Amino acid sequence: MSITTEYSAIFIQFLVALGFVVTTMIVSHLAGPRRKTSDKLEVFECGIESEGNARTPFSVRYFMTAILFVLFDVEVVFMYPWAVNFKQLGNVGFIEMLIFVGTLLIGFLYIIKKGALQWEK
Amino acid sequence: MEIILFKAILVLVLFLISLGIAAYSTYAERKVAAFLQDRIGPDRAGPFGLLQPIADGVKMFLKEEIIPNHSNRWLFILGPCIFMLTALMTSAVIPWGMPLEFNGTKYALQVADINIGILYIMGVLSVGVYGIMIGGWASNNKYALLGAIRGSSQMISYELAMGMSIISILLISDGSLSLSHIVESQKGMNWNVFYQPLGFLIFLICAFAEANRTPFDLPESESELIGGYHTEYSSMKLGLFLFAEYINMFISSTVISCLYFGGYQFPGLEYLSAHLPANLVSVISIGALFTKVFFFIFFFMWVRWTIPRFRYDQLMRLGWQVLLPLSIANMLITGGVITFFNL
Repeated sequence: MSITTEYSAIFIQFLVALGFVVTTMIVSHLAGPRRKTSDKLEVFECGIESEGNARTPFSVRYFMTAILFVLFDVEVVFMYPWAVNFKQLGNVGFIEMLIFVGTLLIGFLYIIKKGALQWEK
Repeated sequence: MEIILFKAILVLVLFLISLGIAAYSTYAERKVAAFLQDRIGPDRAGPFGLLQPIADGVKMFLKEEIIPNHSNRWLFILGPCIFMLTALMTSAVIPWGMPLEFNGTKYALQVADINIGILYIMGVLSVGVYGIMIGGWASNNKYALLGAIRGSSQMISYELAMGMSIISILLISDGSLSLSHIVESQKGMNWNVFYQPLGFLIFLICAFAEANRTPFDLPESESELIGGYHTEYSSMKLGLFLFAEYINMFISSTVISCLYFGGYQFPGLEYLSAHLPANLVSVISIGALFTKVFFFIFFFMWVRWTIPRFRYDQLMRLGWQVLLPLSIANMLITGGVITFFNL
């Protein structure tokens, strides 16, 4: 089977999924009743009147997590080709990966020592 | 042309099965909860309440659709759409059983046997994060925003350990990312879980976190964040979020079965395929896979009603400072053992 066949099958699946989502959205838009009141369209906040805007700054920890994720995820992606060719690369490949992971772990220790992953403070 | 037709039919069948399993997972979840808490659970719609999911679905369609005044209208609609779309896309690369045979031609029960298999699933799953993030942010609601950022940072954190534990699988299964190859390398009882018990545990915990299930359901912890990122959603948009979550649970269970429990393989499959007609063997192997899948779906539910929720700092510490180093160590040990014993 050619690669084109396989990927066109994924495309078919995408079309089916897209069709389902769009149909559901349209049908539920048409089927439901419309009795809008100003209170109903307000932002929900446990029943009390909503206060201020939700677009406020949030904890910088989440941002740190996202940045660290990008760093580490790139490292993980580097390891996939290594893992796939592991048998051919032999001992040398393994030692090289030890050096790579070692460097990564130094960075990881630095992050922990810096307290970038501390949430409870 | 014939092969494309077969794949199209397979896609449709898979789509219906995913929806059916997702719908009946909601029923099963309530029944399991009832069983564990010594209650009866839903029993009004149909015999044993079996029509409950259908009644719920129809109700979802007939509810009023509310888009709050202060939300970003189109992003608000886009959020659940992306989440559902990615959930329905992931099943494409999973091998569901031994090939079927019509008129002497064999048809593999896999929508797409692409050589990046497991990476495709990881990739599509991580696009699902956008659904949560966009939906939660567009609601312009404080609870929804909190739920969304919690959800997305939890999902990306656990993706790291998950990716690492998959690497260990690649090391022992002769380096192919294709799921059908990984499943085929686990003939009989030669399952990866026996070689990778730690990797399996890490993967399982990460799967719970990725699917936002208890004990990691902080994005929608109802006692503090109301509904989390779907607080403002109603009608079928809420339905898509909830539904997609159950589909994700189904897919996670399937991926766990394929990676660690041999997918459709079971002891005696080779004997059967030598003595029985191909289509019958195919059906039996599908049954074997689904037995494993249903066990894991049950396990997801069992854990939900057994273990209380983590605190957020505990969750992040578990992900980054326990699971990530453990999975790196697991990978290095696996690689070292293979290299030095020339396995």
